[in-house]
Amino acid sequence: MSRRSLTLLENLANSRTQTRSVTYMPRPGDGAPRAVTLIPGDGIGPLVTNAVEQVMEAMHAPIYFEKYDVQGEMSRVPAEVMESIRKNKVCLKGGLKTPVGGGVSSLNVQLRKELDLFASLVNCFNLPGLPTRHENVDIVVIRENTEGEYAGLEHEVVPGVVESLKVITKFCSERIAKYAFEYAYLNNRKKVTAVHKANIMKLADGLFLESCREVAKKYPGITYNEIIVDNCCMQLVAKPEQFDVMVTPNLYGNLVANTAAGIAGGTGVMPGGNVGADHAVFEQGASAGNVGKDSIVRKNKANPVALLLSSAMMLRHLQFPSFADRLETAVKRVISEGKCRTKDLGGQSTTQEVVDAVIAKLE
Amino acid sequence: MTMAANLARRLIGNRSAQILGTANSTSTAATSAARTFCSSTTPITATLFPGDGIGPEIAESVKKVFTTAGVPINWEEHYVSTEIDPRTQSFLTWESLESVRRNKVGLKGPMATPIGKGHRSLNLTLRKELNLYASVVRGVVESLKIITRQASLRVAEYAFHYAKTHGRERVSAIHKANIMQKTDGLFLKCCREVAEKYPEITCEEVVIDNCCMMLVKNPALFDVLVMPNLYGDIISDLCAGLVGGLGLTPSCNIGEDGVALAEAVHGSAPDIAGKNLANPTALLLSGVMMLRHLKLNEQAEQIHSAIINAIAEGKYRRADLGGSSTTTDFTKAICDHL
Repeated sequence: MSRRSLTLLENLANSRTQTRSVTYMPRPGDGAPRAVTLIPGDGIGPLVTNAVEQVMEAMHAPIYFEKYDVQGEMSRVPAEVMESIRKNKVCLKGGLKTPVGGGVSSLNVQLRKELDLFASLVNCFNLPGLPTRHENVDIVVIRENTEGEYAGLEHEVVPGVVESLKVITKFCSERIAKYAFEYAYLNNRKKVTAVHKANIMKLADGLFLESCREVAKKYPGITYNEIIVDNCCMQLVAKPEQFDVMVTPNLYGNLVANTAAGIAGGTGVMPGGNVGADHAVFEQGASAGNVGKDSIVRKNKANPVALLLSSAMMLRHLQFPSFADRLETAVKRVISEGKCRTKDLGGQSTTQEVVDAVIAKLE
Repeated sequence: MTMAANLARRLIGNRSAQILGTANSTSTAATSAARTFCSSTTPITATLFPGDGIGPEIAESVKKVFTTAGVPINWEEHYVSTEIDPRTQSFLTWESLESVRRNKVGLKGPMATPIGKGHRSLNLTLRKELNLYASVVRGVVESLKIITRQASLRVAEYAFHYAKTHGRERVSAIHKANIMQKTDGLFLKCCREVAEKYPEITCEEVVIDNCCMMLVKNPALFDVLVMPNLYGDIISDLCAGLVGGLGLTPSCNIGEDGVALAEAVHGSAPDIAGKNLANPTALLLSGVMMLRHLKLNEQAEQIHSAIINAIAEGKYRRADLGGSSTTTDFTKAICDHL
């Protein structure tokens, strides 16, 4: 073949794979490695966090992990771990198993409250190549993380009657609403939907709605609407494409996020994290309150995709956009090819096989 | 004897007439006594709340189908007033509530609850005043909000009993006891206690977020679900969405003393009210549940099959199911199938 047509072919091949964005200009010294606290956690946690470690290593990403062992049965998160997170400001963690009905309060919740990570964010979207019932799903659920039904204020009134206090404050409602609209604004999202049950909980959810409405006025370019939580769940399973960004109080956020994750492909693939004014903790988006079945842990078949995508979010948060893009592209390619998938996505691969596939696809 | 008393005697048979004597024979008194001795041909009085929005239209549909099927029910219609009754603190009058208490059985259409105002939600008023403690949607059971041992026990009992009598194999208790340890913890404890009495039925406990996810990915995993009030509304709507929408889902609220109030779980849909567009299936299926509760199983089966066949035919479908028939067309189709 002539030299000219060879070059033409080369260019064609390159233009398909090269989609570089306009250069991001760092400050001198931005490339210095950043410390990130790593909490492997329980169940599938160690498996999937190890997956992230391997991929970061392969990319030579400018981060290094400070690993700490925390188990869900501990009564408190150890002080040294909190120290580390406060120093590094960023943490990546696997799930911490919460004993059901016992006297220990959830360590996941404890962490969020102590660091005041008031916003929990889950991005539920269709992954190309992964068949689901609905297409065009791209929902971000922003959930108030510190109060509401999770205030932890329960007491036994008389034997056999227990009350649980749901607390909604203007302060918390306002700041979560502000975060939601700010997120929408910064990410070019068009609509924010507030999820509530103010027809029954008139004062509590009514207050939440009021705060959302006030903040909405400051963002005239973003559409704002409200939906009752039961209707919301129904709409999610019928027509999820109508939702964009959703802002919710604590309990509903949990349900809505897990439902949205379920329809878009499952909790094995959705990224997410918790953020506050000073710190950010990244973890599997919708962990569905469990840390995986024992059988999955034993056979090393946990799905690392969710945590890998969350770590990409983390890389962007740390202002390493190029590494984030490379990681995301590699993961999406592996999923779309469909050859290497764990059980929850209909395949038979082990965690390690998926990790190897991702590393192979890194550019 | 007055003509009315004669009529009453013919309707309910001589034995009951002795008890009635020459006492007043308004149809309600006669027929409620009749119900105590009811045979399958004597009329039963049931309270009917057509409700708001599309309520009256779909209630008409139900009445027509039931009449065509020869169901022996006389409806006592009650409407929501425009003023708050101080005795009930809501738009439902004392008379309406008394009617359900007396008849012990009723059918309720959707009632709009204004958002954010100070009065009690109508649906909640009904449930509280009538002490209704369990709500049954196809495969789903919910209970009153206050987590008390008494309430939790009785709804768990109902759930397991329902499972047993309907040949269901598994009851899943839905909770968030890892976070709300005392309240949902109490609920779970009660479920476990009741489960011990039904060793043939499997009992499992599922955290609610996990439940939502599983329902969306593989609803076949679940059979009967029991949960506290806070999650019930949400999960039942979620399930309704999965099976085809609120236009199809029936439910029934059960109380002590055998009071039962069947209702359609959907809302009043004010945007399509009065346009002959509403889907009466949910209210009709709720009516079927009511008939089964009254042990009128033959008619219940008849109407149920008629509805299923009419939908399966595909020719007469409401807008929410992808068709373009009117309410009256669809009702006629069901009557034709009877």
